[in-house]
Amino acid sequence: MAEVKYIWPDNHKSAYIGKRVVRPDTLEKSTGIAKYSYDVNFPNQVVVRALGCPHAHCKVISVDTSAAEKVPGVVLVHLIKDKAPAPGGDPIEIQAEGTLLVAVAAESEAAAAEGVSKLKVQYELMDVFVDDQNLAAAEAAKRTKAAGGGIELDDALGEPGANEEEKAWEEKTIQKLFQDSKYVVEGRYGVDVITHCCLEPHGATVYWEGGKLRAYLSTQNVSTTDDGYATALGITADDVQVTCNYIGGGFGSKFQPGYWGIAAAEISRKLGRPVKFLLSRDQELKIGGNRPSGYIDVKIGADENGVVQVWDSHHWGTSGFNGSTIGVTNFPYVFHPKNVRRRATGIITNNEPSVAWRAPNHPQACAITQTAYDDLAAKMGVDSFDIFMRNLENIDIPEKASLYAEEMRIAAELIGWSNHWHPHGKGNKRGSVVEGLGIGIHKWGGAAGESNCKLRVYPDGGVESFCGTQDIGTGTRTVCAMVLAETFGLTLDAVKINIGSSTYPFSGASGGSTTVGAVTESHRRAAQEALAKIFDLVATKLGAPADKLEASKGEIRVTGYSDKKLTWKEACSLIGIRPLEVNAEFKRGNSPLSSVNVGGVQMAHVAVDLETGVVKMKKLVAVQDMGLIVNRQSAESQIYGAMIMSIAAALFEQRINDPKTGAFVNCEMGTYRLPRLGDIGELVVHLHEPENERDRGVIGLGEPPAISGITAIANAVCNATGVRVPSQPMTPQRVLNALRSAKG
Amino acid sequence: MAKPSSDQFSRRAFLKGSSAVAAASAVVTSAAAQEKSAQSSQVIAGETTVSLNVNGKSMTAKVEPRTTLLDVLRYQFNLTGAKPVSSDGSSGASTVLIDNRPVEAAVTLALSAVGKNIQTVESLAGDAVPKAFMQYDASQCGFCTPGFVVAVRAFLNRNPNATEEQIRAGLNGNICRCGTYANILQAAISIAKGGQNG
Repeated sequence: MAEVKYIWPDNHKSAYIGKRVVRPDTLEKSTGIAKYSYDVNFPNQVVVRALGCPHAHCKVISVDTSAAEKVPGVVLVHLIKDKAPAPGGDPIEIQAEGTLLVAVAAESEAAAAEGVSKLKVQYELMDVFVDDQNLAAAEAAKRTKAAGGGIELDDALGEPGANEEEKAWEEKTIQKLFQDSKYVVEGRYGVDVITHCCLEPHGATVYWEGGKLRAYLSTQNVSTTDDGYATALGITADDVQVTCNYIGGGFGSKFQPGYWGIAAAEISRKLGRPVKFLLSRDQELKIGGNRPSGYIDVKIGADENGVVQVWDSHHWGTSGFNGSTIGVTNFPYVFHPKNVRRRATGIITNNEPSVAWRAPNHPQACAITQTAYDDLAAKMGVDSFDIFMRNLENIDIPEKASLYAEEMRIAAELIGWSNHWHPHGKGNKRGSVVEGLGIGIHKWGGAAGESNCKLRVYPDGGVESFCGTQDIGTGTRTVCAMVLAETFGLTLDAVKINIGSSTYPFSGASGGSTTVGAVTESHRRAAQEALAKIFDLVATKLGAPADKLEASKGEIRVTGYSDKKLTWKEACSLIGIRPLEVNAEFKRGNSPLSSVNVGGVQMAHVAVDLETGVVKMKKLVAVQDMGLIVNRQSAESQIYGAMIMSIAAALFEQRINDPKTGAFVNCEMGTYRLPRLGDIGELVVHLHEPENERDRGVIGLGEPPAISGITAIANAVCNATGVRVPSQPMTPQRVLNALRSAKG
Repeated sequence: MAKPSSDQFSRRAFLKGSSAVAAASAVVTSAAAQEKSAQSSQVIAGETTVSLNVNGKSMTAKVEPRTTLLDVLRYQFNLTGAKPVSSDGSSGASTVLIDNRPVEAAVTLALSAVGKNIQTVESLAGDAVPKAFMQYDASQCGFCTPGFVVAVRAFLNRNPNATEEQIRAGLNGNICRCGTYANILQAAISIAKGGQNG
């Protein structure tokens, strides 16, 4: 067999790749057939509810479980390891409200909840700090932690003199750059903590079978959560089988079993019964995952054209009680002036440490730096579009400048920029309503992750693959099926895709926009290898060279000879009595099938009611490049979803902590505000496919469109009102406060 | 089609459906409350066995006064389409139809559904709504999807010729975290325009 050259088919030859393909499993999700970890029920199962710590910072002194144990239906009360002390044990410090202390297993959810209500816990309260916006207060409370910084200066500025102290020279040089700037803008910007708020809460349904753990875990990481269980439970990973056929949202927060997952396994082992343990809604919001906040004081200096020459910033924020913040290298975002000084401070608050959120750190970095560029435009009285365009001369990936420029022009056309834009705060007012436009630009890597695929082609023509990946909502099954069907010239229903089990070959976690690249790599490689073997068999049978064969429309035929062919089934019958099995392995790195680095532009059109402070979305436009598009329909859907998430973070969602007690006061779906269907306005998606874009291969798409929409909306509100609302979300109260402050 | 009477104003129905009534009930609704209690005064404590009419079948469940309809559907009938997302009834994820009206099973007591016609998403397997959801890719993670499907069905039953504007205004009881609203909107529009509401 000749060496297989991995390649995607040309566009005109593709039956599926790049086309709009309906996801068949949507029907299962739409009719309740799809079983999530929360939905899996086993005979003799118990349900667990847990007591979340009611205090943001305290010591747990003791737990009295006696009353809870007497509740009818309660089967077991379980102290969670390292969270609640055993009788007579040392007190344990808890640093975040909601931390699970005690789990109650019962015959029903109601009985478990009643059991939790009967737990008596003695706490010793400790000092609480949650005000992550207030740097001065954090410093006074000794709740800050240096989080890096540094300076980059243009080589042309020279170096400190022989006897000059370096810091003093840097300070002098920075100040000189500002003095030489034609325009100087100073601002404070921010984005609050938001929570992942997965609709299916974190957790699992588990049972033991012959010393082996079977975990139906809501996870983005089917292949390697077994390690997490095994380490904690004193078994080996081969004794853990993780299954996740469907996951009800993860967004970066479901890579581990979680200590609640471990507790579920421990309870199940103690009881010898299946256990269902998923977080309650308030627990999901408190401890299921949160995105770190970011606030910044920034000063920028620009030349007469509005090109930023110097950037000087200090940012801070919190990722909970570990006190870290967003890395300085993200500032400013996409843009990269020649002279940059940055400093970061982490704030230690009494909240659960953050976990990855879709496009970790990028949405915050974008929203608190590109707003400053927009304020530069406002100060100059120049069109924001022009300022963004001119500053493309200084970006961190210079070869992307022309792509951004093209995407900006397309987005401007789609949103009607030239018709609707006006100088900041100078638009027409209809009653109390003003309108405005804003822009944001973003980047993402999106390299394919590691993936292995076991492919079987049966002598009767059946095809199936096994891959330890998962579908987090991106349509993984469908893209795998598209690749196999494309390669073999079959219909989608002729191939079977098996994913969602840790017993299948390893495939990477779904995070960082790595999954579609990963699974299309492994599936295309496996399918091309298998097809090459089948071509060899068919070549002998038909007396034609293997390199003249093609697979299309259920046949393998000699190119150019319509009568020299076998049906797929006839061809597969040549395999012999055992299935043809191919194991393909893709490790990260250069590949002809996938690559890296995408960009995108989003533009927003908003209306703001100056009397109520309510912001309404009129239109949001996303222009996105992404290399080879696999499933055009689900690619668009990903972008729509990301845009709606941007609307959520820009206008609605925020974690609100009571400043004194630290309590997360809006931890229910009614109070943790998310946009509803009526809040989204018009959404326009443009998949940017310049010539040869397809040749770049597959690049991840999940994260990038979730980045710059927030910025675009923030800038649009500023354009409408002429006033910067400093922090996202721009709630009506914040809009009104900003308008009042501007009036003085 | 919606029942003609369902949109007619009835003060009693209005009060019944209003959350304000709870606070004011001791004073204001005495007549309505007495009439209702005379009809159905029954005190139930502890576990009891009831019959529920679900998707056209009579099914037996063991319930306590505190047992939600959602728990019965999910744990006793293994009908897990309706999802537990919120405890305040604000997500729409547990939407089912009771006597053709959309309600959140998470905040409905099982006992209150006795004698009523309960329809879960599982009964809509052959309906146009799930098919349109598939066609328009109106699902990502899918956890909100069954609730949305039922809500769309209920909305279109009441508003078979709904315009896009009406759909945007009328489907705000459900939350999708992944952001499938644009696709759901297209799915609902396709049904309303295609006259598949019969």
